[in-house]
Amino acid sequence: MQTKPESRPPLLEVTDLKTHFPLRGSFGQRLLGRETGSVRAVDGVSLSLRRGEVLGLVGESGSGKTTLGRTILRLAEPTSGSIRFEGQEVVGLSEPAFRPFRRRIQIVFQDPHASLNPAMDLWTAIGHPLIVHGIIKDREATRDAVGAALTRVGLTPVDQFLHKYPSDLSGGQKQRAVLARAIILGPDLLVADEPVSMLDMSVRAKILELMIELKRELDLTYLYITHDLATAKFFCDRIAIMYLGRIVETGPTTEIFENPRHPYTASLLRAIPDPDPDRTTPRDLPRGEVPDAAAPPLGCSFHPRCPRAFEICGWESRDLRDLIEAHWTRIPEEQYERERKLVGDLEVLEEPSLVAQVPAGRGASGSDVGAILRRMRDEDPDEPLWTGVRDTRVDDGHAEVTFGEWLEPLLLPDGDAEVACHLYDEQARSKAR
Amino acid sequence: MPDPVVSVRNLRIWYGTTRGPVRAVDDVSFDIKPGETLGLVGESGCGKSTLGRGLMGLLPEGAAMDGEIVYDGTNLVGLPARELRALRGPHIGMIFQEPMTRLDPLMRIETQFRETLETHEPDLSRDEIRKRSLEVLAGMGIPPTRFRQYPHEFSGGMRQRIMIALALVLRPKLVIADEPTTALDVLVEAQILGILADLKRNFDTALLLITHNLGIVAEACDNVAVMYAGQIVEEGRSDDVYRTPAHPYTRELLRSIISLSTTGLQYIPGAPPDLTDPPSGCHFHPRCPDVMQVCPRQDPVEMPIETGQRVLCWLHGPEKQIPSGGREKLEQQEFALADEA
Repeated sequence: MQTKPESRPPLLEVTDLKTHFPLRGSFGQRLLGRETGSVRAVDGVSLSLRRGEVLGLVGESGSGKTTLGRTILRLAEPTSGSIRFEGQEVVGLSEPAFRPFRRRIQIVFQDPHASLNPAMDLWTAIGHPLIVHGIIKDREATRDAVGAALTRVGLTPVDQFLHKYPSDLSGGQKQRAVLARAIILGPDLLVADEPVSMLDMSVRAKILELMIELKRELDLTYLYITHDLATAKFFCDRIAIMYLGRIVETGPTTEIFENPRHPYTASLLRAIPDPDPDRTTPRDLPRGEVPDAAAPPLGCSFHPRCPRAFEICGWESRDLRDLIEAHWTRIPEEQYERERKLVGDLEVLEEPSLVAQVPAGRGASGSDVGAILRRMRDEDPDEPLWTGVRDTRVDDGHAEVTFGEWLEPLLLPDGDAEVACHLYDEQARSKAR
Repeated sequence: MPDPVVSVRNLRIWYGTTRGPVRAVDDVSFDIKPGETLGLVGESGCGKSTLGRGLMGLLPEGAAMDGEIVYDGTNLVGLPARELRALRGPHIGMIFQEPMTRLDPLMRIETQFRETLETHEPDLSRDEIRKRSLEVLAGMGIPPTRFRQYPHEFSGGMRQRIMIALALVLRPKLVIADEPTTALDVLVEAQILGILADLKRNFDTALLLITHNLGIVAEACDNVAVMYAGQIVEEGRSDDVYRTPAHPYTRELLRSIISLSTTGLQYIPGAPPDLTDPPSGCHFHPRCPDVMQVCPRQDPVEMPIETGQRVLCWLHGPEKQIPSGGREKLEQQEFALADEA
């Protein structure tokens, strides 16, 4: 069938991909084989890669970017969704049926030292994929192919490097050897998971340059997984920003960097330490850290840290607990001791709920707790959480805070980019009055 | 001008390997004043972590040290282990890269603080111990409600803040932080850098920040010392060093950083030398784009320069010691990729 290149399907198309890992709780539950929830490492990701493109998958640790890469290589089993390689569905294929695709999708990991078997010389290590895939029968016969791969990645003179062991090589040389092994089967897609993060500053540029050369010479397509926005900006055509298993913003690299939309993207960009002495660390950084993917926040996963969050972003009981605890780190010791006695165990707020009942301590009443909450609100009226509060009432044993309904943010087009944030969703905003 | 908290003079640290002695730290000198942060930067293998460990008296067996580390009128080099141990904690605090490996996983946070305070300040009452601990933890944003939890119940960033709190609860005058943010994410890293900045502002603590990240140094440090092959090749105010780097290594290292404003890739050819057999003269000469006839022949002499830095490079003289023709350019040797880092 003759088709024009433009009408060819994308090289890789991922649709609504989910990779969840079951969690087993206590020993007893494990003994009974009972699952107690799951870590939603990748939670509904869609992306596509055209041939020859470099897509940067950027996120902090725990964002699910590495799991996404591993799922594409079937090193982790997807829970649901679709992965198409040149239009062919690969989810659900048996291992032997998937094997031909393995030749065409290769991966490079972060730690070149851990990626190479210390007991294999480069000849054996780099020639290994050829033998595993049954292309060449024995090690001796791989010499030409291994030599060509070594030459491509700059490890010459070949005769000298064929017999070297990983321990004889520097970090940069090891990563070159890993790249040689990745290209020896002539892949179409290279998933590069933090390929330069472990290398010294002065070496990173060389490896990135080599990757650019390889891409040009071998017509490669890259999925570049990183936490480093600076190399992504230099290296990628398009960027997808991941947070807690989802893509929160994606678009052409220039658009993401010149006009970041999602508050998370914007804060990532501001937080990068820059060697320019005229820049200082911003003080208004998002609080806290990436939450636990086994119990993600309601609504937008970023809302507990977001400086621009508002009423429909997903406020709930756990946020109130965090706020009370944060308040206690800021007040004098005596006031804390006093307030601590008036408030009961905050553990009850751990179960996510739109109705948060803050218990009173022994001998205290709901109105004591209500007074503390009122004082907190007076002291920091701009705290985004208050926008989500519909109602506060006090009862005998607790103060009850009711939050309004929340909406799940959807990845929607906005200009040249797509963003999953209510700030850019007119429909959602109108629901918020 | 206040007296420096610590004064390091002609410090050398070397240790034996099967290939011969390694001169990991080779004649290094610097001062840190109260409330001042010195960033010690360099690539892996330059000796920066060995230097940090030497200052703390935590060198492995088989390592030897000479020179001076003057703290509070005492030279720490050659001090008996017992006296050093007494200094660590109340006088010299430490923050490491991996908070999880430094906190006892079987001890509640409360116990770790109590043990630390009881060891070093036996006169404190239980109440005072609790108060001191909670105060410093609150300063790090750790809520008092979590005082009785175990390390594994905290996130990576919180553990690092607990580690910092544990170092600060003894109110040390000098804190040595070895890659304190390397294992953390960008946003958490920025939070920790903010905390370290508050530290020197609020407590007048002197801080030695060891890192490979030049971006962090630019943002967090008053002064910076650039290490190469065991030597400090340039030292000065961060602003001066970043604006007008005087040593070719500093300049090339700054150019090779990939930052948001990078438009082309730059790198330093070759690799850092093997410290069992460093190149003659200036250790950087084989990789230096500005290499002159004198560079491989004579050891460079430390020179103060106009922009305020101290530099170890013949480009800046002293003129008197450069033989005639010494300033002529030396052909830079070609590097095969095979020799690279």
